Amino acid sequence: MSGYALTRRYFLGSTTLTFLFGGVASAGARTLNGQPPWQAFTAEPPTPQIGNGLLFFLPSEFTTLEALVARLIPADDLGPGAKEAGCATFIDRQMAGSFGTYQRFYMQPPFVNGTPQQGTQSPNVPHVIYRAGLAALDAYCRATYAGKAFIALDAAQQDAVLQAAEKGEAKFAGPVPAQQFFNLLLQNTREGFFADPLYGGNRDMIGWKLVGFPGTRYDYRDHATKHNQPYPLPPVSIFGRPDWVKG
Amino acid sequence: MARKLPSRDVVIIGLGWTGAILAEELTDAGLDVVAIERGPWRDTAESFNVGYAPDELRYAVRLDLFLRPAQDTLTFRNNLSQTALPIRQFGSFLPGDGVGGAGVHWNGQNWRYHPTDFRLRSHLTERYGASAIGDLTIQDWGVTYDELEPFFDRFEKIAGISGKAGNLKGAIQQGGNPFEGPRSDEYPLPPMQMTYAPTLFAEAARSVGYHPFPTPSANASAAYTNPLGLTMGPCTYCGFCERFGCANYSKASPQVNVLPVLMRRPNFEARTECEVLKINLDAAGKRATGVTYVDTSGEEWEQPGDLVICCAFSLFNVRMLLLSGIGKPYDPATNEGVVGRNYSYQTNSSVQMFFDDKTFNPFIAAGALGQSADDFNGDNFDHAGLGFVGGAGMNCVPTNGRPIQTRPVPPGTPNWGSAWKKATKESYNSAFSITSQGSSYTMRGNYIDLDPTYKDRFGRPLMRLTFDFPDNDIRMSSFANDKLATIAKAMNPRQIVANKTRSPYTVVPYQSTHNVGGAVMGADPKTSVLNKYLQSWDVPNVFVMGASAYPQNAGYNPTGTVGALAYWAAHAIRTQYLKNPGPLVQA
Amino acid sequence: MRRAAATASLAAALFAALPAQAVDRQNFEQVERGRYLATMSDCVACHTAPGGKPFAGGLNIATPFGNLLSPNITPDAATGIGAFSDDEFVNAVQNGIGPQGQRLYPALPYPYYHKMNRADVLAIRAYLNTLDPVSNAVEPNQLPFPFNIRMSLLFWNWLNFDKTPLVDDPSRSPQWNRGRYIVEGPAHCGACHTPKTFLGGDDNSRALKGAVLQGWFAPDITADVRKGVGAWSEDELVAYLKTGVIARTSASGPMAEVVVNSTSKLTDADLRAVAIYLKGQKAGTSGSSRPPVATDPRMIAGKAIYKDSCAACHRENGEGIDNLFPRLKGSSLVQQDDPTTLIRMVLEGSRAAATKARPTGAAMPSFAWRFSDDQVAALLTYVRNGWGNSASSVGADAVKELRGSDRPNLAKTGQQ
Repeated sequence: MSGYALTRRYFLGSTTLTFLFGGVASAGARTLNGQPPWQAFTAEPPTPQIGNGLLFFLPSEFTTLEALVARLIPADDLGPGAKEAGCATFIDRQMAGSFGTYQRFYMQPPFVNGTPQQGTQSPNVPHVIYRAGLAALDAYCRATYAGKAFIALDAAQQDAVLQAAEKGEAKFAGPVPAQQFFNLLLQNTREGFFADPLYGGNRDMIGWKLVGFPGTRYDYRDHATKHNQPYPLPPVSIFGRPDWVKG
Repeated sequence: MARKLPSRDVVIIGLGWTGAILAEELTDAGLDVVAIERGPWRDTAESFNVGYAPDELRYAVRLDLFLRPAQDTLTFRNNLSQTALPIRQFGSFLPGDGVGGAGVHWNGQNWRYHPTDFRLRSHLTERYGASAIGDLTIQDWGVTYDELEPFFDRFEKIAGISGKAGNLKGAIQQGGNPFEGPRSDEYPLPPMQMTYAPTLFAEAARSVGYHPFPTPSANASAAYTNPLGLTMGPCTYCGFCERFGCANYSKASPQVNVLPVLMRRPNFEARTECEVLKINLDAAGKRATGVTYVDTSGEEWEQPGDLVICCAFSLFNVRMLLLSGIGKPYDPATNEGVVGRNYSYQTNSSVQMFFDDKTFNPFIAAGALGQSADDFNGDNFDHAGLGFVGGAGMNCVPTNGRPIQTRPVPPGTPNWGSAWKKATKESYNSAFSITSQGSSYTMRGNYIDLDPTYKDRFGRPLMRLTFDFPDNDIRMSSFANDKLATIAKAMNPRQIVANKTRSPYTVVPYQSTHNVGGAVMGADPKTSVLNKYLQSWDVPNVFVMGASAYPQNAGYNPTGTVGALAYWAAHAIRTQYLKNPGPLVQA
Repeated sequence: MRRAAATASLAAALFAALPAQAVDRQNFEQVERGRYLATMSDCVACHTAPGGKPFAGGLNIATPFGNLLSPNITPDAATGIGAFSDDEFVNAVQNGIGPQGQRLYPALPYPYYHKMNRADVLAIRAYLNTLDPVSNAVEPNQLPFPFNIRMSLLFWNWLNFDKTPLVDDPSRSPQWNRGRYIVEGPAHCGACHTPKTFLGGDDNSRALKGAVLQGWFAPDITADVRKGVGAWSEDELVAYLKTGVIARTSASGPMAEVVVNSTSKLTDADLRAVAIYLKGQKAGTSGSSRPPVATDPRMIAGKAIYKDSCAACHRENGEGIDNLFPRLKGSSLVQQDDPTTLIRMVLEGSRAAATKARPTGAAMPSFAWRFSDDQVAALLTYVRNGWGNSASSVGADAVKELRGSDRPNLAKTGQQ
């Protein structure tokens, strides 16, 4: 009689998993003894960042972002680049998560400029770095290239703008220096190119295929001592690869 | 007002390696133990299973398993002339969090410090004279290698370390480290299968007269059942070691090697997501009465206890002592006081090699899979005329090929564009690095105290770290890097790139999480916080575990010695302290 | 009713190993024997609610007919069994008749306990009497109409309650007979492992050949080489029951509880008797459905999924790691006719029994979020037929039904 859906949790063994409210021990805490706790279905899987639509960027901002990542990792004879890989989508999804507001970082004031050895002391979080940075980028382009926004420039001009930002030579108006904008953009583009495709980038494992990284494989015992021999299997991601679907 | 809970025999702060070891030992002795951990419960199948553990963005880049700076961090400056500023994003070092602590996400490189390391000042003075030490504030530990040997052995058997002994009871063994201190027994597991890059390194190192051996590894080379009856699986060389939890029970951790047995004991309780704010003292300040902690709803609780054992990460042990008023805080201006004194780190460098004709498969790796050579570590070589003391282990342990962070390109490669893409593709599989992991000797200006400006979310002052590399260590590291280059040349790559240690120390790029010292052990209460049993000189019912006890750092990963000291201290508590609570060493 | 009770008493008197005796609260040996037998019968497993006091009842037991709550069997006079006479206790446990003459639902496996001798049942009573009385009023009957009418059990008992007493078989060894007594009596293995008729009674023509219970498939434990314990040695069976973990597999799911609460606490001699009895059972006939060929698309997809997700623990050759990751190649659990347990383990995860001898309690993670129904079906089809295994394929519908509505595969949902 297998018409039994697994809607009830199954508690195993002599686990004492006590959530004590009021009374003796802490309410907001977990008191554990007996066996290590275990419950069916318990997992902390990542949430796939799929689907269409934008979670943070305006469509015009996103268009500029796509043009930017397309220069950082271009499509060329080696294969697709960051735009095809979905790096702009990746960045959009990252903005919607804890990274977008630097939620995990120490963002308490006072913010005082320090030495390079003391690390970033900027109060700007990625939301601000991208929003103000993209606006400042276009303002800079218009001022430098007779009224043209970034997306209207040709490839060589776009590269020149990026180089100027990278070196800190471009002067951005507003709270976000050009170099800060560029560094975050480059960091996130690389992340998007090589992260698991579930995060919105590295579509079809383009980035992994470029370098030959087999992905989330977890067992190489059969190849560890095969010195100097290329690894034969295709990459696989957390949500699988084409061979997982029966043909 | 904190609500008071029923008293326990032992209160342990933090449930990582040392917390688990002390809890297991003391519950075995029949004591009633509660461990209070500020992070969450973590377990293999739920927290880092094969379905989602291999996620570089989540764990290696966004640092899911680590302490978040928003939760706790430090301020930093290089020297006393600067104002310390917050480490807003961890870079240089990554403190852990949660049950298991760094034992969950370490690489698993497991060493015994050398016999001379434990009596460093005496040894160097004997060999080279006091002038060789100069103004370094290095100290003897107050405990010897020989005293610790049985406890190194115990930790290695509990953790299932894979390796080959080089010195068995004084007899040098083929295939092991000929420089190591004498061992009473072999490793519990044989060395791992070697991949290509470490094999090349070993051949090259041998060809120039050095003595390479398999890096002692907590990534199990075979299935293993430890003395507590807990079973490890064999490492699968997945390349998701450091920063990640192990999904198949093959990296030694508290979860795999201690906790299931500990949790079964009715006299043990773990409380997670509770942060200890301070250790409480009696009116005279000479006896701990327990701890005060806060839970996630902000409620404060007082947990009384007869014995308090500080088992947090080294940095946070020091801060706990400062916040609790245990021991006199160190003042570099007067050189007086002890808490925060003698902080040190690790002095690392690397040599990168690019080949044309080789495939290394860098993704086939483990955190401690590789080869090491100790020829220029510690005082294993004659320092006469060199102008520095200390040394470095030379290591070829290429732990991963995870492409967000591991994408070697030759110097001069642009950071983006088609040229970057081409160089990345070409170098990914045909380059690797070898590293020197060097000693970090202490000096007066390198210390920890409390910051005057910045606070944590409870309003307590953050820790302030003042540190820079001593000139001695820069010279030592340069020397070690040159030796690395000698090995690199013997491998005949297309290009060799030497990356030497540079001053000033910066907290931005990752270097090592081997922060040690600040609550050092020693024979003299004027220059140490703890006696040889890791017991506080000032408050005898407080013990402080961990690498915060190291008076300076050697050229090795600290964990193996941390484990040995934990078993050593547990033994002292069980056989001496419990019978007669009080100072175990007369000051 | 009286005639049944009289018959039971007579049978017990005739076949008791010891003279029938009353419960003597001062008799240490009787109480100790009762504790041992209560462990063997695993009373505590059903008569304890999660987080509740042991033996105080209140566990929700889902039957194919609806829910029951287990009663309180502590010696509390008002809400427990403290006021039962010894005869009333024996009548309940061995005949399914309550003290007011009401029929008890066979969630209490009285057809099995009927096979015990009266002295053993009284020893259990003596032990239960030593527990702290707990006041916990439980109304056991939570069934819907018409099942909540106890008189309906008259018909059920007529069909399913075989009152033939257990008589030692002189052609068999004393160990075999002891093993039979344990398996068919207090340990009531068939309650889970024997397939049921549509009325929920045992199908004794297929004793111990496996049955579905509460969304698990308790496997065949006859001597069938492929699907039962025929390939297991006696030593393996003993070690499995004693420690929960042996080289080839680990107890998990409800059996992990049985090991931890019950069998791990039995004597080696009794466990060996059980092993001898089970190994002496007749093997079953093989399954009737044709296994898929290697070129079946499910086998090909399943093999790829297995390599990427499972091989790191269970190994590419399916041999697992001794005492840690169960062997799938040649595994009887993997080759059951009914794949319910396999599907369930992949979807919700599973944890091995943890005993003092084998404390690790290794756990397999939950994959419900990662695999679609098709992928689980392909994977299990491959596992059931790779490395020389042979069993029916698994369909996506079976996976979908077991998954339910609140455990979706995340690849399809994600962010909107």
